[in-house]
This record gives sequence, C-alpha cells and structure tokens, in this order.
Amino acid sequence: MDHVGLRSDVPPSSIVVAPRAFGVAAVTALVLTVPFLTTEYWVNAIIVPFLILSLAGLGLNLLTGYAGQLSLGSGAFMMVGAYATFALQLRVPALPLPFAFILAGLVAGVVGLFFGLPSRRIKGFYLIVSTLAAQFFFEWLFLKFPWFYNGNSSATIALARGLSVFGLNAENPPGRYWLTLGTVAILTLLSWNLIRSQTGRNWMAVRDMDAAAAVIGVPTRSAKLQAFFVSSFILGIAGALWAFAYLGSASVQSFGLSRSYQILFIIIIGGLGTICGAFLGAAFVSLLPLALDWSFQHLFAGQVDEGLRQNIQKAIFGVLIIGFLIKEPEGLARLLALPNLRRSSRRTLFPSVRR
Amino acid sequence: MRRLLLAALLAGTVLGGGAPACAAEVSQYIPLPTYRVGAYASSGELWWAGERDYFRYINEVEGGVEGVKLNYEEFETEWSPDRTVEVYERVKAGKDGSPLAFFFTHGTPATYALLEKAAADKIPLIDPAGGKTESVDGAVFPYAFPLLFSYYSQASTGINYIASKVGGLDKLKGLKIATVYHDSAYGRASQPAVDALAKTYGFENIQIPVADPGSEQSPQWRQIREVKPDWIFLRTWGVSTVVALKTAQRFGFPANRIIGDVWAGSESDTIPAGSAAVGYSALAPYPGGTDFEIHKRLKAEILDKGKSNLRDAKLFGAVNYNVGLVNAALAVEALRTGYKHFGARPLNGEEGRWAFEHLTIDPARLKQIGFDGLLQPIAITPTDHEGGGAARIQSWDGSKWVLQTDWIKADHALLTPLIKAGAAAYAKEKGITPRSADSAEAAAR
Repeated sequence: MDHVGLRSDVPPSSIVVAPRAFGVAAVTALVLTVPFLTTEYWVNAIIVPFLILSLAGLGLNLLTGYAGQLSLGSGAFMMVGAYATFALQLRVPALPLPFAFILAGLVAGVVGLFFGLPSRRIKGFYLIVSTLAAQFFFEWLFLKFPWFYNGNSSATIALARGLSVFGLNAENPPGRYWLTLGTVAILTLLSWNLIRSQTGRNWMAVRDMDAAAAVIGVPTRSAKLQAFFVSSFILGIAGALWAFAYLGSASVQSFGLSRSYQILFIIIIGGLGTICGAFLGAAFVSLLPLALDWSFQHLFAGQVDEGLRQNIQKAIFGVLIIGFLIKEPEGLARLLALPNLRRSSRRTLFPSVRR
Repeated sequence: MRRLLLAALLAGTVLGGGAPACAAEVSQYIPLPTYRVGAYASSGELWWAGERDYFRYINEVEGGVEGVKLNYEEFETEWSPDRTVEVYERVKAGKDGSPLAFFFTHGTPATYALLEKAAADKIPLIDPAGGKTESVDGAVFPYAFPLLFSYYSQASTGINYIASKVGGLDKLKGLKIATVYHDSAYGRASQPAVDALAKTYGFENIQIPVADPGSEQSPQWRQIREVKPDWIFLRTWGVSTVVALKTAQRFGFPANRIIGDVWAGSESDTIPAGSAAVGYSALAPYPGGTDFEIHKRLKAEILDKGKSNLRDAKLFGAVNYNVGLVNAALAVEALRTGYKHFGARPLNGEEGRWAFEHLTIDPARLKQIGFDGLLQPIAITPTDHEGGGAARIQSWDGSKWVLQTDWIKADHALLTPLIKAGAAAYAKEKGITPRSADSAEAAAR
C-alpha cells in the first residue's frame, strides 16, 4: 500500500481550516433548514441516502485514505452492522435504538478487526483479497442461517417496531433525517478529532511508509488494526442506517460487492485522506446520476428512445468520472479547495509513477 | 469554469424538479420503474414495450380509459430495490394534478423494500406474478397486490404439471425434485410451498441456490449430477436462466426434465441458450405468441403505424412483451372499475386499492378486450389479492414457445392455510390488526 503514499507538503493545520469552516457552515445551514424547507421526496430519497453514503465513505476513508489499507469489504461491514442491529432489536427489545446502533457498530468493528488481521503480514492488493473474503463470507452466512433473518420466507430484515429513539417515533421524514444527521454529525466530529490525535498521525505515518513509521517508533501493527476497527465501526453504523433509516427493509443484496465498489469510488472521487472528500464523493456518486436523470427526463422525454436515453445517461456519468479524475486525481476535495491552497501543494499520489 | 460547471449541475438538480408541465385535461399518472440497463435489460426492454404499446393503444385508439388519458413515464432502476425506492419517493405525490393510484414495482425485491412504506402512504403496490406471497391475504396487506399467480401457486402448478407427466399425484412419491433458485427474495419465495407439497406427496425436496447474478453455475450442476434428481424446477431470472440451461446441457441433464417458472420462461432466456433450451418447458401465466386477438389489434393500430416501442418487430408477441401487455391490461381494467365507481377522474391510492379489490375480468370480458387465452379469468376481492392462481405450460421447440396445456390450477386448498399462517405471523410481528371485509368496504366510501 505504500505505493499510494499521500505525502503532504504543507503543514496539516492549513489544510484543515477551509474544509472545517465549510463543514461547520454547511452542516449548520442544513440542520436549520432541511426538514422544513424541502419536500418529503428530498429528505427520504436524496438527503438521507446521501448522508449515509457519506458516513460509509468516511469510514472507508479512515482505513484507506488515512491508514493506507485497501479494502473491498465495506459492504460486508455495513451488512454486519445492519444484521447486528436487527438481531439486537429483535432479541433484546428493551435496548433503545441508539445503543443498538452503537453495539452493532462494535460488532462490525470486531469483525473488521478480525478480517484486518492479515494486514499485519500483507499489504496492497493482497489485503484486498482478505477483505473481499469478508464480502463473500457474510453474504453466505446471513443467507445460510435463518437465525440471522428470523426465519422469514424472504430472508429480508426490517425493524418490527420501526425507528424509535427513546420513545420518540422517528419513522417520519424529519425523524429519519434527524436520526441520520445526528449520527453522521457525531461520528464525523469524532473522526475529525481522531485523525488529529496521536492515533490519526500514526495511521498517516503507516500510510506514507510503514517501514519508516516502524523505525521512528510507531506501533504499525496495532495502528493498522485500530484503523480496521474504527473504520468498520463507522461502516457498521452506516449499514444499520442504510437498512432501517433509508430502505426500511434490507437483504444481503443491499450490501453486495457493488456497494463496496460504490464506497471505494466515493472516496477516490471525493479525495483520499480528507474528511470532506467523503461527503463530496457521496454527493457525486449519489446525486449526479439523479440530476442527470431529472434533466434528461425534462429535456428529452418522449423524443429520445427510452433505452437509448438511459444508456446515454450512464455513459455521461462514466465520462464525468474519468474527466474529473484526469483534471484532479486527488479528487473533488482538492478541486474545490481554495485556489491558493490548490497552487501551493501537490501531494504525490503514486510516487512510483513519474508525471 | 469548473465552478461554473459544478454550479450548473447543482442548479440543474434543484430546478429539474420544478419545471411545470401544462396538461389540457388531467390524465392518470402511471410511473414505470424500468430496467433497460444492466443484467436484466434483455427481459425488461420487451416488458416495457408491451406496457407502453398497450397504454398507447388505449390512449390513441380507445380514447383513454372511460375518457381519462394515461400519462406514463419511465424511470431507470437497473432492477435495484434501492433505486426503485428512490423512484417511488419521487413519484408518490403524483404529477400534473394526478395523484398516484398504484405503483408497479416491476420486481419482487423492490416490492419487499416498499411494502411498509406503501402501506403507510396508502399506495397499492402492483406486482403481478411476484410480490410477497403472504400479501395475497388482503386482510393483513391492504396495499400489496401479488396479482394473478403467487409464488406458492407457481410451486404448486409446477408440481401439478410434473404429476400429470408421471401419471398422477400419487406417483410423485419417492421422486427427487430439485429446485434451482436465484438466491434473492424472489428465488426463495416458493420454498415454504414446496416444503408443504413435499410432505403431502412424499417427494424429496432438494433446494440449490444460485447467487446473483448467476453467471457461473458449475458447482450447482455438479451437485445436481451427484444427487440425480428426476425433475428440476428452475426458479432463476435473467442471465442465470441462460447459464442454468447451458450448464445443464454440459452436465448432461435433459432439458425436457426442467420446468421453468414464470420469470425463467421467455425468449430472452431460450434464444441465448440455443440448443440447450430445446424441449425446456415453463409455467406461462403470460403465454407467448401473436395468435391472440389483442395482437391483431395492436399490429394494425400500433405496430404497422410505426408507433410501437419495440426496437425489433420480430419480438412482437414474445413472452416478456406479453407480460407487459397483461400487466398493462390489468391496470387499465382496474382503473376502469375505479372510474365507474368514483367517476372518470384520476384516482388516488385509496381509490386505487378499492379499484383493484373489485377487479373482475370474466371470460366474456376477456374476449371483449382481446385477451382470451392470454390472460386467465381473474377476480380480486379484499381478502384475495391473487385472484387467479393458474398457468398454462409452454415448451420451447427451438424457435418459438408452443403451448402444451390449458390453464392448470394451483392447489389452493393446500396453499391458503400456509398463506394465512404467514400473514398472521407478519401481522403479529408488526402489530397489525387484520381488517375485515366490511371495514374495507366502509373505508372506501
């Protein structure tokens, strides 16, 4: 993984100011206005899934962007979080939903830790195989044993009592929104602080060159495992939110390999090793196809063959991804950063490839 | 420039929803979540063509349903339940002054994902020959309509057909019947019924899952070669059907011992499978072919006038095209029932439910609308959201589907208790009080 060394030439403090101010302002504005100003469609179908995907992107970004460990198991860790929440809510009905989320996150964290164990010995593409194994293993596990889905005929999971937070019903659009937003905000804040702590600096040292990090006394093995644990914890909670706050009911197909790829694309397009990259990437991946669909629907409805229109949309989306990445390989986070910052530094993404 | 581009994209998102469209008269809005992209596009394309052609025929030749025009619009989902949920949220408030009378889910996983949302929003989910089987019990599931042919009926009809081939239900004893199924909510849905049938008739029930999308099935068919089943019930979908048939041929399992279910029996499955599909039979609540009266009308009014949505006119009358026709006709007849009761104006979800719950198409009506032989007589009631439960059997001769039988009924005496028990368990888990037929009537007035 040390091929993807993200060395920074500027002091970390100047990087954090802009996204931080941006994040605080954006989040505050959203908090104040969203549930009252938008329609139910916007909350249920656009903002809630966007926030949850951002959270999942954040989780993977801690592991891949900050600690430099490649993973294709994001879908699996989300799945573990969702199924653990379901099991807890079903079998321990007295447990309030927020605690179920936290416990499910811990279960996902432990699972992530387990599948991260090979990272002590192997890196890069070889590590992908280990996390890919998690993906296939959990798809099999949650279908094989009816205990996990309470033996219903369709093997889908849904919360029997719906979403309720300490007795308050969160099943309506503002409730879903507040629940999701609150969770995402808390976890973003915690991650934000974590990466500026000793732990986060250890991760970045491991990412940039683990041999050098070990020489200067960074406990590289435990740093990697910490990253797997924290990343999977966040992914687990994102999975629980995806299943119950967005979809309402879920099955293993909701967390398939394509979900893992989607989250990997989110952080690559948004920007590896940045917090706001996860949000920008999620916006790109989840909102842009919808925006394309809407504009095409209004521009060309009835004039262009439907099959052609839908395939063209897909092609345009692909071209945009390639275009943005050629323009700015470090992702949207950098593309949208302040101009002076953009000029001042360039991190070397792939030091082995000369440009 | 870059910022401008991003801003433009953002603005497009915001403004896209607000563009008003002017309609001279209010028409009934019918959103169609479709999949013309992805692994299931080959089945989907023909399906949407059938629906669109029939709606167009109703609009342009018959002047709408009781004078109300149909305003249909497509949304791409790639058969992904997540994206269907998004589409549902986008359209559930209706469009251009028309509320939503019902929502075609066009896929079982999507129906599952929407089941509770739609019940809360009071919008009927229409998923003919699909859906959650327990939702046949309309007392517990007022807003779910697995019309025509539930998954339990599919299992039962399949077994009944095998019994007719081996010489009677009593001859099933000791046979090995393997179900090869797409490992999704759709594929697993028939298991309780096959279990019950196996216990009743004493055949051995072997279940073999194929993971989505099922483009590699050697392990499954190796397992089949070991257990040597007498018959195989194929409950796959999309590419997994083609691969199943080809792999069966490679492993030497005869195609005439394989019975496909509704979603595994179309030209999109058999043509790519080539010689491996010759002799293969499938359940056909939607038979293929162009010999039905409606096809003559559509050919004259739509196809020959260049108004068809089909890209390849050779596929006119393909099974999936006829699926679209039948589904569109069910919707049109339900709307007609509703307009006669509530007046000729766009219906909302509650009125849509009433309309579907009073949908009756008898043999005389079938002849009138040109669906005799293509659609079974159907009678939906507030407590029976299936209303049919029969299928014909067709088999593939290498170039076309040939109908083998008339309508074969599923064993409802055996299935209904299973469905009632499943629905009751669901009601208990969710804390739903099943409504009585009288209260359903009262609510609609």
